[in-house]
Amino acid sequence: MPTTVPAYGKEAAERLASMADVTASDGALRRFLHGLPGVDAVGLQARAATLGTRSIKTTAKAYAIDLAISMIDLTTLEGADTPGKVRALCAKGANPDPTDRTVPKVAAICVYGDMVATAKEALASAGGSDIHVAAVATAFPSGRAAMPVKLADTRDAVAAGADEIDMVIDRGAFLSGRYLEVFEEIKQVKEACARPDGGAAHLKVIFETGELQTYDNVRRASWLAMLAGADFIKTSTGKVAVNATPPVTLLMLEAVRDFRATTGVQVGVKPAGGIRTSKDAIKYLVMVNETLGEEWLTADWFRFGASSLLNDLLMQRQKLRTGHYSGPDYVTVD
Amino acid sequence: MSDRNDRLSVLKTYKLFVGGTFPRSESGRVYEVTDAKDRWLANAPQASQKDARDAVVAARKAFGGWSGATAYNRGQILYRVAEMLEGRRDQFVREVADAEGLSKSKAGAQVDAAIDRWVWYAGWSDKIAQIAGSANPVAGPYFNLSSPEPTGVVAVLAPQDSSFLGLVSVIAPAIVTGNTTVVVTSENHPLPALSLGEVLATSDLPGGVVNVLSGRTAEIAAPLAAHQDVNAIDLTGAAPELATELETAAAENLKRVVRPQPVDWSADPGTGRMLSFLETKTVWHPMGV
Repeated sequence: MPTTVPAYGKEAAERLASMADVTASDGALRRFLHGLPGVDAVGLQARAATLGTRSIKTTAKAYAIDLAISMIDLTTLEGADTPGKVRALCAKGANPDPTDRTVPKVAAICVYGDMVATAKEALASAGGSDIHVAAVATAFPSGRAAMPVKLADTRDAVAAGADEIDMVIDRGAFLSGRYLEVFEEIKQVKEACARPDGGAAHLKVIFETGELQTYDNVRRASWLAMLAGADFIKTSTGKVAVNATPPVTLLMLEAVRDFRATTGVQVGVKPAGGIRTSKDAIKYLVMVNETLGEEWLTADWFRFGASSLLNDLLMQRQKLRTGHYSGPDYVTVD
Repeated sequence: MSDRNDRLSVLKTYKLFVGGTFPRSESGRVYEVTDAKDRWLANAPQASQKDARDAVVAARKAFGGWSGATAYNRGQILYRVAEMLEGRRDQFVREVADAEGLSKSKAGAQVDAAIDRWVWYAGWSDKIAQIAGSANPVAGPYFNLSSPEPTGVVAVLAPQDSSFLGLVSVIAPAIVTGNTTVVVTSENHPLPALSLGEVLATSDLPGGVVNVLSGRTAEIAAPLAAHQDVNAIDLTGAAPELATELETAAAENLKRVVRPQPVDWSADPGTGRMLSFLETKTVWHPMGV
């Protein structure tokens, strides 16, 4: 097995260049993606269900709750977002439970591109300048815009100071089999993530798995995005009926595992949408640990895209600390 | 030809009533329920701390809709419960007779009184505001109006002795004003309460307004009394030492507490139990000139 390098490093680009033969033409890419083994749907669902039955209690649960909090991309992606709401969210991310200073900070604040500057400023003043700001880009959530518009959208967010870019793929192109088009799209957005100082915003690629119809498509999309240089692969926008599900996330975790075994490049995973309870979050953590191992159990390699999940984790944390059940009156409304 | 006596008996599996559905206890436990002469009647689910938590979540979820429903609508639904009870009168007479060791006629009188009590409380839904509310004279150009509002989620420890009339007499006054409830049944006589759940489920009462848990009173009541998302607790079914303990735990988030006291369930109940679970909201409205 090749030595492991992170997806955002220089070496990763060299490793991916060594795979250039499979991405050389639309035909080659299609042959490669359709040559991936088919997904055993029943086996996948059974495996995901089994991993969801682990009992995580007491100190292990306390550890899992803190870990989950530190992995949250605290998200607000509404048409009605105001600077005030973004500032409130940043304050909450920096200090999730005002009654308990031992609660870890969240990993990132996820907002629309035009709110990046507001979020940056608010985080700095709330004492959370180490919290990343993630911006959704490329005509989120539909991905229906011309390429120059998507690239401008991305550059704009990066220029405003975004540390991470969450892009959506063009599902229309993917589903009609124009894989190279999607590949080029991701590649160009990745280039647009570069900052003048030589660094780059990390790129998360959203598949919107609820629209990809089959597990086979999810596996192909995962490989496609990782070959194109994604730093993270993310399930959903949270804007359609079906969001992150355990089987789909497990499938993406397996793709990440296989990709590392092949190329040595380490990629992160972010399930998003529909994860609302501590119980769900812990199930995902179990899945990560069993599929990828402890190396992925950090906010650098695994994230939750969520908003209401944080309140539930805080209530569970209060329960563990005080011994009695807490209620929604004791966490912020957001 | 088979004769009627060859039929296999169909025994009823009594279940909890939480959020409008009938789950078994999360713990999988049951306990034996016996009649007044110690003969086995049925196995009842023995609810755990987690069942209590789930019931509170269900009650909280139901609160917005139930407290927001019009008083007229709540009254109609409570009356509907009485209608449904009337149709299943025989079943409740049997269960009450078995549980409390009463004759058929005495048990029948208890069930009739319980049905009448539902009707009586149903009528109060759009009248309680006139009794507990007021238009207050103030020194300024304002209409000053006080109106009673439901307090929220109420944990109810049903009386241990009166398995049906007593039960109805503690549930109905809590929900008629718009509260939602988590009811802990009589520990030794839970069957009428569990059957009441089946009646409530078919009476248009939104799921989660009444949640019924059977089991060891002390075990279920402790997490409810300490729960930060429960707004009031009725300790009627708690023994004296347990009641003290629960009241201490309830003080943590300043729950409203109804202390246990000897009650004659067949007497006129008065408005006391309804008024125990209300908060007063006062509005100052400019009068205009």
